[in-house]
Parts: sequence; structure tokens; C-alpha cells
Amino acid sequence: MYEITKKKVLANVGGARTTLMVVKAPDVARVCLPGQFVMIRVNETGERIPLTVADFDRDRGEVTIVFQEVGKTTKLLGTLEEGEFIQDFVGPLGKATPADKKYGTVVAIGGGCGSAIAYPVARAFKDAGNYLITINGARSMDFLIYRDEMKSISDEWYETTDDGSCGVHGFVTTVLADLIEKGRDIDLVFAVGPVPMMKFVAKTTESKGIHTIVSLNSIMVDGTGMCGACRVSVGGQMKFSCVDGPEFDGHQVDFDELMRRLEAYKEKEAISLEEWEKQAGGR
Amino acid sequence: MADEKPKRKRKPPTKKVPMPEQDPDVRRRNFEEVALGYTAEQAIEEAMKCLQCRNPKCISGCPVEVPIKQFVELVQEGKFVEAAMKIKETNSLPAVCGRVCPQETQCEASCIYGIRNEPIAIGRLERFVADFARQKGEDLPELPPKIGKKVAVIGCGPAGLTCAGDLILLGYDVTIFEAFHKGGGVLQYGIPEFRLPKDIVDAEIEYLQRLGVDIKYNFVIGKIRTIKELMEVDGYEAVFIGSGAGAPNFMHIEGMNLVDVFSANEFLTRVNLMKGYRFPEYDTPVNIGNKVAVIGGGNVAMDAARTSLRLGAEEVYIVYRRAREQMPARAEEIHHAEEEGVQFKLLMNPVEVLGDGAKHVIGMKCIRMELGEPDASGRRRPVPIPNSEFVLDVDMVIVAIGNSPNPIIPSTTPGLSVSKWGTIEIDEETGMTTVPGVFAGGDIVTGAATVISAMGAGKRAARGIHEYLSKN
Ligand SMILES: Cc1cc2nc3c(=O)[nH]c(=O)nc-3n(C[C@H](O)[C@H](O)[C@H](O)COP(=O)(O)OP(=O)(O)OC[C@H]3O[C@@H](n4cnc5c(N)ncnc54)[C@H](O)[C@@H]3O)c2cc1C
Ligand code: FES
Repeated sequence: MYEITKKKVLANVGGARTTLMVVKAPDVARVCLPGQFVMIRVNETGERIPLTVADFDRDRGEVTIVFQEVGKTTKLLGTLEEGEFIQDFVGPLGKATPADKKYGTVVAIGGGCGSAIAYPVARAFKDAGNYLITINGARSMDFLIYRDEMKSISDEWYETTDDGSCGVHGFVTTVLADLIEKGRDIDLVFAVGPVPMMKFVAKTTESKGIHTIVSLNSIMVDGTGMCGACRVSVGGQMKFSCVDGPEFDGHQVDFDELMRRLEAYKEKEAISLEEWEKQAGGR
Repeated sequence: MADEKPKRKRKPPTKKVPMPEQDPDVRRRNFEEVALGYTAEQAIEEAMKCLQCRNPKCISGCPVEVPIKQFVELVQEGKFVEAAMKIKETNSLPAVCGRVCPQETQCEASCIYGIRNEPIAIGRLERFVADFARQKGEDLPELPPKIGKKVAVIGCGPAGLTCAGDLILLGYDVTIFEAFHKGGGVLQYGIPEFRLPKDIVDAEIEYLQRLGVDIKYNFVIGKIRTIKELMEVDGYEAVFIGSGAGAPNFMHIEGMNLVDVFSANEFLTRVNLMKGYRFPEYDTPVNIGNKVAVIGGGNVAMDAARTSLRLGAEEVYIVYRRAREQMPARAEEIHHAEEEGVQFKLLMNPVEVLGDGAKHVIGMKCIRMELGEPDASGRRRPVPIPNSEFVLDVDMVIVAIGNSPNPIIPSTTPGLSVSKWGTIEIDEETGMTTVPGVFAGGDIVTGAATVISAMGAGKRAARGIHEYLSKN
């Protein structure tokens, strides 16, 4: 059992919440690195889902997770309060981002909830002496998270919203394409967010041959390489996101296949949520 | 005529006392255990046939040398608890082994009574006495004084459980580190409830905990802590690696990443460990097609096929590239699968899984095979018959063609020598790896094998560890 020591709703737009939790898990906090993830199970009847490490505090033995409350499991998790417990919390899993190296100019892009995941990675790039440009994007202003955090570590900082309610009117790729257009020297792009976003980021950088790392959110069961649920095609080869990733070369990933695989349990997920909401709005 | 001797009449060969079972038509749609177990009368009747051979052959057919002759004699006398204790002298998981061991190639294969008859049903008797004793409530054996040395066991499968059990009985402090949130390894996540009820696995694990074994779940060694840290920081003086062969193999053919294609590991883990068959009461979903092809011919394939039926598939095919005689599954599993309506497509090999262009499987293209010359394993090698391709009409495919060792531990343990297949290399005698104080056994050493051989390896390593720590 893993105690929730802090909970904060980062965004709440018409009930669609993005929530942050700090969890007491000293053994995980001791060794986890930006880019890695944990597998959690909320309670005894729960499923196992992966959540990327959004931050960690080794001294306090705490790990931060940020999640969008979209399905039964994330909504159920969202009902837990400070002082309550998560049943299982396994990690750190997957490979860390190679963010402790100096590349030169790095663009770190976070879309939606992905900003929370991009943040510790971006910070590590900055700490390693890179010139850091961040692009933080969301549907509209109310969905933008980690704004101050991103700003505080960036040498250059952009925000985009699809509806123009804040920052640049457009997508993260609008800004990225613009930077490339202007002939800015970019050595590395790191992107995490919705699959279509990562796909278009990779498309944008491909012709210029800018190395682009994306962090994939495949469906997972164990998270340790023993089931293959998380398999993706990278450069025409089968890879397991949980052990070979979750980060891959964005120019090699078959995003369309990933999108199809992410929908594998769509109907079942809807049933699960519906059943749960019927029972007194969950809990 | 008068002096012609009457011919000595030989009794016709006997058969095993039949195992009471759920009717195939009923059980193919439920997850309750298939075999119901002997009654006391049936067990005694079966045991009475045992010849109590002076030089029994059965015992040497058992990888952990269960004192079969003695325990069967105790059954003959109706001393069931004593019989179970006799087995437990060398086998800590009799209720499991009685259910899942391939007896037909082990103890029962060498049964002398079995030369002319069906062999004594040793597995069924083992199961009976173990269940009997468990229901009675077992006393704990007396524990020796603590030696004051700590040993870490990685993996809570049969290899790890056996090693831990033997070490605690020798007086060591033992901690098991398990990646999952539940123990048992394949017994928990792989073998289905209808073949091995999880209550039994849980009871065996609880028994070890009562003996003082500490189990830390959610601990992926190599990630949260390395073996080096366990030894240098945490003070474990020896480590046993029993991490199994958990990484699923896929075929190198088109269509493997389609949404309706699953590894048997994923499918079975969703159903067994995560209780997906009770969705939506349990949150983990599991998909099932109408016509399911399971590729492979081992126990894993049989389990996946029979689970598919129970989840509601109309037609289930086992697609296997060799002939029936070469199927590595236990005879009983093949028999049960067939009774339940699983259809066997033998001497066939998939060459492509066909998709509808979006995400669904709409068929599986196979080629017919014939048996050629024997290969390295001594089995006749299947070779494709040219131009014999055809499409099997299926909408879901489960791949059960074996597992490889998970590389997490080898890749984080410097100095640990592995084979080209990724299995850990050990000294056969002691079970020690190339890293001093680090031992290994089970599927991580042999590749996917059997419960009992993993247990045998756990035992050997426990002996090896005891010797090592007695010297150092
Ligand atoms: C579906 C199926 C059916 C089978 N049916 C039969 C049968 O009928 N009869 C038979 O004899 N055999 C059968 N087998 C084979 C048998 O189950 C295995 O050979 C046996 O379980 C191997 O035991 P093990 O202890 O080596 O490994 P496992 O049972 O695989 O256990 C390994 C354990 O280690 C854990 N682990 C792995 N990596 C780490 C890590 N880094 N840190 C911590 N923990 C870790 C795993 O989570 C797991 O719990 C079957 C196998 C399968 C998959
Ligand atoms: S989640 Fe099971 S192998 Fe990656």
C-alpha cells in the first residue's frame, strides 16, 4: 500500500480533470529517472495501468504522478484523497530519457497532460547545459498545465492553444515549424502528448533530419516485458514499449498502428466506466 | 485330451480408477475446476493395486524423488495426512504437482505395474492426499534455530518458492522479491483456475509465510534494486534467481501486431492474474473472438484454447506445425481440450495473419506441413508442402509458441554469464552462476520447462546455497 501525501487538481474543465498526486514510495523514488514510468493498481479489483513519473523527491521518498481522469481507473484513482492509499505501485520501469547529455539546442514539447511528463525531462536537459526551448500546448487555456514550471526552466518558452484562448493560436507544431522555418539550429526534439500530436511533431522534423524522441503510451499489463500487449512497430521491427521504450525515435514509429492498438479495449472500457458510474458515481 | 493342462488365465489389463470430472459440455463454459478429485474410497482402491515393488522404478522418474512407494502404502492404510507429509519431505507443492505434472512421462512412465496395465494413478493420489491434508489444516514443522544469515530469492514461482521453503527450514532468513502483486509465478498468472484453483496456490504461499518467509511484492529486481545492491547494501549473503522465462515469442510473419492478435501470456494474465473473466466486476478487460486460432501445441496453447471456449468463443482451433504425437502438452490436457470441443489443426503452420486494413483479424493464412527427417531435438522436422496454402477463417489469434528469458536481471547484473538464448548459465551441481553467491534455477536457466523441474532446481540451489554459506 502506497500513501498519497498530496493531491492537487491541475485542470478541471467541465468535469474533465487533470490531477497530480504525490505518492510515498521510497524505493522507487530512490532510483527513478525522468522518462521512466510506474505501473499502478488502485485496489484489489483494479487493473494495472502505466503512469509516467512526473517528478520525484529522493529525500522525501516521494514520486509524483499526473493523470487525466478519462476512464474508470483514472477516475477511480481521482477519488482517492490525501492520506489514502494506492494498492500497488511498481517501478521504476522502462528506460530513462538520455537527458543528462549536452546536445546544444533542445526543444521539449508537452501536449495536454503530457506537459507534466515533459517537465522533468526538460529540466534534466536544462541541467545538462542545453539551450532549452519548451512548447506547452493544449486544447484551450483551461487545459494548460505546468505553465509556471515550464516557464521557470526554459530559455525560450511558448504556449499554444487549439482555440487561441492563450498563447499562439494553433498546435505545438505551428510553433515548431515556425522555429525550423526561421532556420533555428535545433539539435534534438523531445515530444510527449496525444499520439496524433507526436505523429505530427515527428513529421515536422523529419525532412530536416532533426532527431526526435517521442514517449509512447501503449496499453500495458505487466510493464516488465512479459506479455507483449505494449508492442509497437519501430523501424519495421517489433518492440515492447515497456522495456525497449517507452521512448523511441519518432521517425521510426508506426503511429497509425499505435493508435489502432490503443483502441483495442474501447468498448470494454466504456462498459467499465458506465457500470462504475451507475454505482453511485463510483466508489 | 484329458492331460492337456488348462491354460493359466491372465487377468485383463486394469485401468486407473477414473477421475470424477465435470461434464465436458458444462465445463467448457465455466471456470470451475475440471477434475474433481478422488474420494477416500477411490484413492484407497487405486492405491491397493500398487505392487509395492522391492525395486520401484517410479521414484527415479520423479525430478524431486518423491518417496512414492511409501506414500502410496500410507494411502493403502488410509493414513492420508501422513502420506501428504511423506510427500512434503521432498516436494513442497504436492497439491500443485498432483494437478500439473506430466506424470505420463515421469513417475507413471516407469511404473512397473504399468507395463501390462495402466500405471498406478500416482498424480491423482498425490493430489488427493495433499488436498485432504490442506483441508484438515496442516501443522508447521519444527524450525531449527536461526543461522543469522539473509538470503534473497528473486521470483515467487515454483523455483523461488521451493528454494525459499528449503532455506527457511535450514534456519536462514529468507525474503522473496516478486515483480507482480501476487505470488506463484506461472501458477498464478499462466495456468487457469479450471486446472489449478488459485486458492491452492495462495494456500501454499501462505504456508511459507507462516514458516517465516518474507515476501516483497511489486519489486522488480534490476529496476528498483540490483542484485549487487541486495548483496552489498542490504546485507543478503546469497541470492537465488528464479525469475522464469516470461518474455513471449511472436512469429516472424505479417500481421503479428494486429489488435486481435495476443500473446498467450497477455491473454492468460488478463484472465488469471487480473481476473478478466469476471469483468466488469474486475476492471481488466479481455477480448474474445468468435473463431479463435491458438498457435502452438504445448500446455500454454491448451490453456489458451480452453480459456477461449470458456470466455464464449464459438470455434477454437489449435494450429500446430507437427503431428499429434509430437505435441509437448500433457496428455490429459490434450484429451480434455478435445473433449471440450477444441479442434486440432495439425501439420499446419501460419504464414500470415490477415487484417481488414483497420484493426481486425479476418483470417489466418496457413501452409500444410509434412514430417521430414528428425531434427536436433530428435523429433521429425516439419517441412512445408509447396503450394498448399489456405486461409483459416478466424477473427482472433493467440500466439503460444514459447517464452524466452526476461533480460532485465542479466542486463543489470555485471559478470552474470548467459547463453545465446539468454538463459543464465550455472554450475549444474550447485546451481551457482558465474557471480559468487548468486544462484539460479527454473525456467530462467532451462528455458520454458515444467513446474517440477523448476522445483527441483530450487531445491538443488538451496543445497548449493547452504553449502556455500556454511563455508563462507
Ligand atoms: C500457461 C502455462 C501452462 C503451463 N502448464 C504446465 C503444466 O501443466 N505442467 C508443468 O509442469 N508446467 C507447466 N508450465 C510450465 C511451468 O509453469 C514453468 O516451467 C514453471 O512455472 C517455471 O517456474 P519458475 O519458478 O522458473 O518461473 P515462473 O513460474 O515463471 O516464476 C517466475 C517469477 O519471477 C517473477 N519475476 C520475473 N522477473 C523478476 C524480477 N526481475 N524481479 C522480481 N521478480 C521477477 C515473475 O513475476 C514470476 O512470478 C506452464 C506454463 C505456462 C505459461
Ligand atoms: S506491458 Fe507486457 S510486455 Fe510490455
